[in-house]
Amino acid sequence: MKSAHLLSAEDLSKDDALKLLATAKELATITDGPNKKLPTLRGKTVVNLFFEDSTRTRISFETAAKRLSADVINFSAKGSSVSKGESLKDTAQTLQAMGADAVVIRHGSSGAAQRLADSKWIQATVINAGDGTHEHPTQALLDAFTIKQHLRANESDLSGLKVLIVGDILHSRVARSNVILLNKLGARVTLVAPPTLLPVGVEKWPVEISYDLDKELPQCDVVMMLRIQQERMADSFFPTEREYSRRYGLNSYRLAQLQKSAIVMHPGPMNRGLEISADSADDVKSVIIDQVKNGVAIRMAVLYQLLGGAPIGARND
Amino acid sequence: MIKLSNAKLVDGSLVNVEIDQGVIKSIVKSSGKDKVEGIDGSGKILMPGLVDLHTHLREPGREDSETVLTGSQSAVNGGYTAISAMANTNPVADTAGVVEQIFRLGKSAGICDVYPIGAVTKGLNGDQLAEIGAMAESIARVRIFSDDGNCVADPLIMRRALEYVKTYDGIIAQHAQEPKLTINAQMNEGIVSARIGLKGWPAVAEEAIIARDILLTDHVQSRLHICHVTTAGGVELIRWAKQRGISVTAEVTPHHLLLTDDLVENYDPIYKVNPPLRTERDVMALRQGLAEGVIDIVATDHAPHSAELKDCEWQSAAFGMLGLESALSVVIKTMVETKLMTWEDLSSRMSIKPAQIAGYENQGRQIIEGAPANLILVDPNASWTVNRDNLKSKSRNTPFHQMQLPGVISDVIYSGNLVMKSGKLTVVNAELND
Repeated sequence: MKSAHLLSAEDLSKDDALKLLATAKELATITDGPNKKLPTLRGKTVVNLFFEDSTRTRISFETAAKRLSADVINFSAKGSSVSKGESLKDTAQTLQAMGADAVVIRHGSSGAAQRLADSKWIQATVINAGDGTHEHPTQALLDAFTIKQHLRANESDLSGLKVLIVGDILHSRVARSNVILLNKLGARVTLVAPPTLLPVGVEKWPVEISYDLDKELPQCDVVMMLRIQQERMADSFFPTEREYSRRYGLNSYRLAQLQKSAIVMHPGPMNRGLEISADSADDVKSVIIDQVKNGVAIRMAVLYQLLGGAPIGARND
Repeated sequence: MIKLSNAKLVDGSLVNVEIDQGVIKSIVKSSGKDKVEGIDGSGKILMPGLVDLHTHLREPGREDSETVLTGSQSAVNGGYTAISAMANTNPVADTAGVVEQIFRLGKSAGICDVYPIGAVTKGLNGDQLAEIGAMAESIARVRIFSDDGNCVADPLIMRRALEYVKTYDGIIAQHAQEPKLTINAQMNEGIVSARIGLKGWPAVAEEAIIARDILLTDHVQSRLHICHVTTAGGVELIRWAKQRGISVTAEVTPHHLLLTDDLVENYDPIYKVNPPLRTERDVMALRQGLAEGVIDIVATDHAPHSAELKDCEWQSAAFGMLGLESALSVVIKTMVETKLMTWEDLSSRMSIKPAQIAGYENQGRQIIEGAPANLILVDPNASWTVNRDNLKSKSRNTPFHQMQLPGVISDVIYSGNLVMKSGKLTVVNAELND
């Protein structure tokens, strides 16, 4: 990887991404065994610096780091000095002083991870675990991993696949990272959303745009449903939850329009009954649980790659 | 008595000048190689001191980032002999008491004119007129009123303000920003904002207010000044208004003449500014508008901020950039070196017209016998490299750090006194270098 950090899916070349997917696959095989733990990052300290609540992403990173034998410190903004007005700079310098080797940061401000990496506040490797409405690169990696696992297990990349990303593109860091990464891996992406939830400027993205979910469903290989935040309705992005659900929600009728081989994805947490119906979420086409599981393997691969651990095979404990 | 030899005026003529008792005592033609008496103006341009209609001095309230004194020093270092202190201090300059305080602080600094701008609405709250009459009739004689930082968004309040200032031949300087279209907005809305996930600030939020206020101004036959125009569409609207004979003037900042929104890509808050940096197309339209005179003047929107307000993540950072000390050089670079404007035009846009708009009678005057001696001497062929650590401002938030820029100011004469000599401020005092 050209960068010492993982801030954006743009930091990864196609080869970097494929290598991470291959590493993750190997790590997943090992940790599926009876002894889940590898000694590779022993003595390294990974800090989970979470300024926003995100239990699942934090737990996923924590599990990944622990399986590689790193020491993990969870630093959550709530109830800490951050909630008393401490700046990102002071927090970063504190972590630097404590000897953090990697900082996994989740922050409500777009660009916070990059600021942390570019500033002289801290020397640690920075991994972006979601910054505002910008990016969430490990989510894109785990999504690519899951797609490959189900639809392109024996091919080198995701060429020829058509992926729909449906919902609140405007505010979605998952969508931004996925658009970048899936394109690099050869997939074609179509964004499906009401015009209010597409950013001005989206016309320059390497994607197709559609306002009509029903038209797109029959031809796609992957449908990725994004979470709809309840407060978007108050801001008039759409008239009512029910109207959104009728136009853009995945339900059993729409599920039936999909190709037989197509898969259904969701980055979680789901609003069952809003953007995805309960039966769609639990259908055989749904790979949502696989996404969660693969998240740990991908994050292990990222930590391993960035922190330069010993070769994976070395299990001399 | 100050003597100045062999200087070139913006019309190209060469002159020797004598200054006494605060005025130009004599001005005679020079061969260009006359025996030098006093200041050697050879190869340099003598022009009226620059006049800024948009300066944030932060006193009272945030004296840690700028004071009237340090702002005055910064102004002189940038060739300004008059600046206009925006009202968004704490307390707000919305009473005769506060504007008189700022006026007196300017007098006691004594190195350039400091004219306070009064708030349009009480506390900049947008819903009740400030005591415009009291400020106009105070010793500060306020003529420009602005809620800058905030838009006077309520159309009825804006109408009333435009009407009310007619008594004093005042002018409303509008910060054109429709608030509902810019809630939490962070940068220009477009290709870059879409990619980097910062909340967009659409051009239409500025243009909608410009259009509305032009029509209101026409309706009540008052005077409107548009602060810091940033969009190609804004330029078009103002061109239209001027063609119709509506009394609207407009300003552009140096940074909007040079910088574009792709600089935001790395989330460095040094580029966070209100209104935001726009696109290349907008920059070109602004330059064209300024060259044509559709945009009347350059104003700095000098906005000092202490370090911690920029040394943080983008969303937490303050909006604003320093401007006074680099303005002339940026305008030379963007407008004169590109052959869009002559030095005469530059002198008009940065000194003569701003003084006329504001009614600063001793400023922006022709260089003739008997005129007040507010003058600067500029070497147009020299260049300098901006260093944020060497600025006279108390703050360091310049977006031009380490940029090489043309035009070096060597001497500044304010009210007949040499306040900068050979590139150094002559009045040194305690706050100068802290």
